[in-house]
Amino acid sequence: MLGLGADRLRADMNRLLAFLFHQGILDEQYLQLQQLQDESSPNFVSEVVNIYFHESEKLLRNLRSLLMDREFSDYKKMGIHLNQFMGSSSSIGAKRVRNVCVAFRAASEQNNRAGCLRALELLEHEYCFLKNKLHELFQIEQQRVLAVGVRYPMQN
Amino acid sequence: MGMAAESQFHVLAVDDSIIDRKLIERLLKTSSYQVTTVDSGSKALEFLGLHEDDTTNPSTPCVSPNNHQEVEVNLVITDYCMPGMTGYDLLKKIKESSSLRDIPVVIMSSENVPSRISRCLEEGAEEFFLKPVRLSDLNKLRPHLMKTKSKDQHQKQEKQEEKSAFQSPKQQQQEKEEHQQQQQASNNKRKAIEEGLSPERTRPRYNGITTVV
Repeated sequence: MLGLGADRLRADMNRLLAFLFHQGILDEQYLQLQQLQDESSPNFVSEVVNIYFHESEKLLRNLRSLLMDREFSDYKKMGIHLNQFMGSSSSIGAKRVRNVCVAFRAASEQNNRAGCLRALELLEHEYCFLKNKLHELFQIEQQRVLAVGVRYPMQN
Repeated sequence: MGMAAESQFHVLAVDDSIIDRKLIERLLKTSSYQVTTVDSGSKALEFLGLHEDDTTNPSTPCVSPNNHQEVEVNLVITDYCMPGMTGYDLLKKIKESSSLRDIPVVIMSSENVPSRISRCLEEGAEEFFLKPVRLSDLNKLRPHLMKTKSKDQHQKQEKQEEKSAFQSPKQQQQEKEEHQQQQQASNNKRKAIEEGLSPERTRPRYNGITTVV
């Protein structure tokens, strides 16, 4: 029974990954991250992704506070934040988030404040969705590791 | 694993993005390189032992004696877009420095701008990688590293091996002793010459990195 658990969890994980790729939420860069994970760096993916979450939330806060300022005019600064966000999203394979950043940047370059606000809403939404899915993925992975551990207990 | 420490190449990675630093570090370690990461061009120059205000100025001593000699860097890989000193600026400074110009430099960028790429290559960058950088990209590094490090040593070793193949053990031993004596003599000679030089000389004493390409 426990053995089936581990296999089923793996299937769940693959299904979720396939969904995320199919929807364009993640791209193959995410697979590259997985390939870099091994016994010498067993938590590499979650480490990188957690840094990404931390950085992204900081950037989103900055973007929001820039746009909420009634006298806002520093589109250049906004562009810098966006470039950072684009870069880090691309580095972990967060394709949809990155694409929204591109559209956001275009609005920013046109000094289009309303467009920027709309883009920010969309960006926050996409980011939230991505974060939830990645957490789900990590949870399944964690459970799977535990299930495998029970199936093949360590010999002393 | 049996690999001697000296056969490991040391790469200095420069990027202002913490995620990209973590990525490039992992990529390089996976490819069996020793890695140091810094978050700016100025920190990179500091690490390399070069202070920003002296490049080839003959009246100031070129290199701070400590860092430079103890830490050998075999390759620098840097992001292009960084606040303050860009990767291009860093590349220029390295190529303008008499002590650092032989270190191969690779540029990374998230944007595919042909004029940017050619500018970097013209300034002396060995490669230009588009981000996100892949493991397969890093395979392109090895030839540049093999070119600069241990080239002389390798040639000498090859020559010696060739000779040994045709000599008797006794001959080999004699030759070895002679060679050692010669080394000692030439070392003494070199030392004498160096001590006679004026303090204004710009070439650093320790020439570990700048082997001839």
